[in-house]
Amino acid sequence: MASFVFKNAHIVDPVTGLDAVKDVHVIDEHIENIGENISASGAEEIDLGGAHVVPGLCDMHVHFREPGFEHKEDIRSGAASAAAGGFTAAACMPNTDPVIDTASVVSFIYDKARGLAVDVYPIAAITKGRKGEAIAPMVELREAGAVGFSDDGSPVYNTKILRTALEYGSMFNVPIIQHAEDPHLFTGGAMNESIVSTELGLPPISRLSEDAVVMRDIMFTEYVNGRYHLAHMSTSGSAEAVRGAKARGLNVTSEVAPHHFSLTDEEVRSYDTNVKMNPPLRRMEDVIAMKEALKDGTADAIATDHAPHAGFEKEVEFTYAPFGIIGLETAVGLSITELLLENWLTLPQLIEKLSTNPRRILGLPEIRIEAGAKANLSFLDIARQWTVDVNTFKSKSRNSPYNGRTLTGKALGIYNNGQLILER
Amino acid sequence: MSSLSIQHLLGLQNVPKEDITLILDSTDSFLEILDRPIKKVPTLQGKTVVNLFFENSTRTRISFELAERRLSADVVNFAAASSSVKKGETLLDTARNIEAMKVDIVVMRHSAAGAGHFLSERCTSKFINAGDGAHEHPTQALLDMCTIRQKHGTLEGLNVSIIGDIAHSRVARSNIYGLLSMGANVAVCGPPSMIPYDLEQLGVRVFSDVDAALDFSDVINVLRIQLERDAGADFPSLREYHNAFGVTRRRLDKLGREITVLHPGPINRGVEIESEVADGPYSVILPQVTNGVAIRMAVLYLIGTRAE
Repeated sequence: MASFVFKNAHIVDPVTGLDAVKDVHVIDEHIENIGENISASGAEEIDLGGAHVVPGLCDMHVHFREPGFEHKEDIRSGAASAAAGGFTAAACMPNTDPVIDTASVVSFIYDKARGLAVDVYPIAAITKGRKGEAIAPMVELREAGAVGFSDDGSPVYNTKILRTALEYGSMFNVPIIQHAEDPHLFTGGAMNESIVSTELGLPPISRLSEDAVVMRDIMFTEYVNGRYHLAHMSTSGSAEAVRGAKARGLNVTSEVAPHHFSLTDEEVRSYDTNVKMNPPLRRMEDVIAMKEALKDGTADAIATDHAPHAGFEKEVEFTYAPFGIIGLETAVGLSITELLLENWLTLPQLIEKLSTNPRRILGLPEIRIEAGAKANLSFLDIARQWTVDVNTFKSKSRNSPYNGRTLTGKALGIYNNGQLILER
Repeated sequence: MSSLSIQHLLGLQNVPKEDITLILDSTDSFLEILDRPIKKVPTLQGKTVVNLFFENSTRTRISFELAERRLSADVVNFAAASSSVKKGETLLDTARNIEAMKVDIVVMRHSAAGAGHFLSERCTSKFINAGDGAHEHPTQALLDMCTIRQKHGTLEGLNVSIIGDIAHSRVARSNIYGLLSMGANVAVCGPPSMIPYDLEQLGVRVFSDVDAALDFSDVINVLRIQLERDAGADFPSLREYHNAFGVTRRRLDKLGREITVLHPGPINRGVEIESEVADGPYSVILPQVTNGVAIRMAVLYLIGTRAE
């Protein structure tokens, strides 16, 4: 039986409104008691020294690469990376091999994740094979446990397929998650179109590629009264479109990745393939737009788009390198450094973006830090300064542009499913 | 002679004016060597140069090879078509294996922008960029500047227009960086669909009217329309391109004054330039080719003998 008393825990729970330093007693999967000076026989006491305890963080957009690409990451290593980054849940995208487009692959992922401290939730493909040509068996996938639908890595570009997905998908309480990209404008692109791409001679990806698809999708969502979620929003134009959609009361949500609120395309001047991702790093005004979107609620969630690649895959010419960076173990530090310390968000708002909202979007159970609730907790030291060292990461991959960067704020670990993973 | 501040020649962006001037000044003495009966000096004797060409090239590769041989370097040629690259070897592995054979200078052409930067940060050889994707082709720009200087005596204050597909051109970028550093006024001209994003920020004028560009110019550098690409992607047809942007005798005659005409070759006669212009009295296209060997000798000499 697991029994712990977390002493001097600064609890911040946006759901219950609790913001106080207390002791928390957990037994197995539940919170037994929250109070002052708790002493429980047989329980291990852990003094958190005022570190924050918040509802378990949920990353609604990761790539765990299993099945098919286990040399980059597998569900076990991905979950370990999530736990080290303070996440108790992660929703994994379907661009695996085979694609998550049958119930058996959904079940395979749940089987692989069974017994882990981190809850892993599969997001299933919208179309068979993610080819954008025919709708996947969404009822079967939902019944097997898919928590959302996305062709992530590719857009649903065909307008008839998009309409069908939004209409057919509206019978489930989960979103159609779009990777917004116009393939005609994207072809061969390697970085954001800007003065930097002009100077470097790298094939450009224009902001129009994202903006045009988002605006079109919102029109469709309104027409069919669908439920739409924009993955990895990166441009001021798409933020404006989402803001307008929300103002009209549409069921539209969006997420922002930490690299899109912390880095600009100026980073590409190094030709470092660890700054090659899709959507690409944008201009400073887009970075500011992402922060404003998070502040005013246009962006509901922070999601990492954790995209592991083996070293040899990234150690090539920029044009030929795969898109994507890992993000689970730097997300909390970047969010605190860039958003909390710069006063874009308060801590409760930040927790909403990292925990409450992604769970709400995916229809996952709400987490409350109160006696009797499931013990699903993340531990954060929001004042700790640390220097990112990718060699200490739990992920199998090392493709992070933040190596060597000093951040303020660090995840210390998690408690979930009766398991404690804590940096001591 | 003094020495370069740069260790590699990866491009002309951020290369100091003093370095460009040194290369251009050095070229005169190498041109003199090319006019001798015995066109060979022992300057790079004992040095090994590898020409790593991952992309097809005729004139640039021959120009570099001649330059290397005339400096008495040991020369190894590598062409991707007959290499381990076909077997799936990475660029880095290829370069490290070649470097393990103890070479001094690598001259590289590659289809990916930044390939030279990528290798120069991971290898110990000195790198000379012979063209990387749409990024830079610094020795081409240097030979262009050398040719302009021969004709006009200076680059300072000259009005130079680059005409054609600017977006995909490494020659255009290197010329822009180099000419601006040397004090020239630079313009580009082409269909707006072939002008890269925010180019004006580099400090160049942008024309979509070729007559206006000619009116502005003392010198024009006409770029090849790359027929091997899908030209229809950026403009409707070669015929329309020629009519709208082709440099013709009629257009030059309208100016009523001399204008120096460059072209990095190979030429599509009757597309971007008329034969009458390419072979005409204002053309310096063949001197460009000769200067190319001398420029590459100067660059190889200055990079290859640079003290660490």
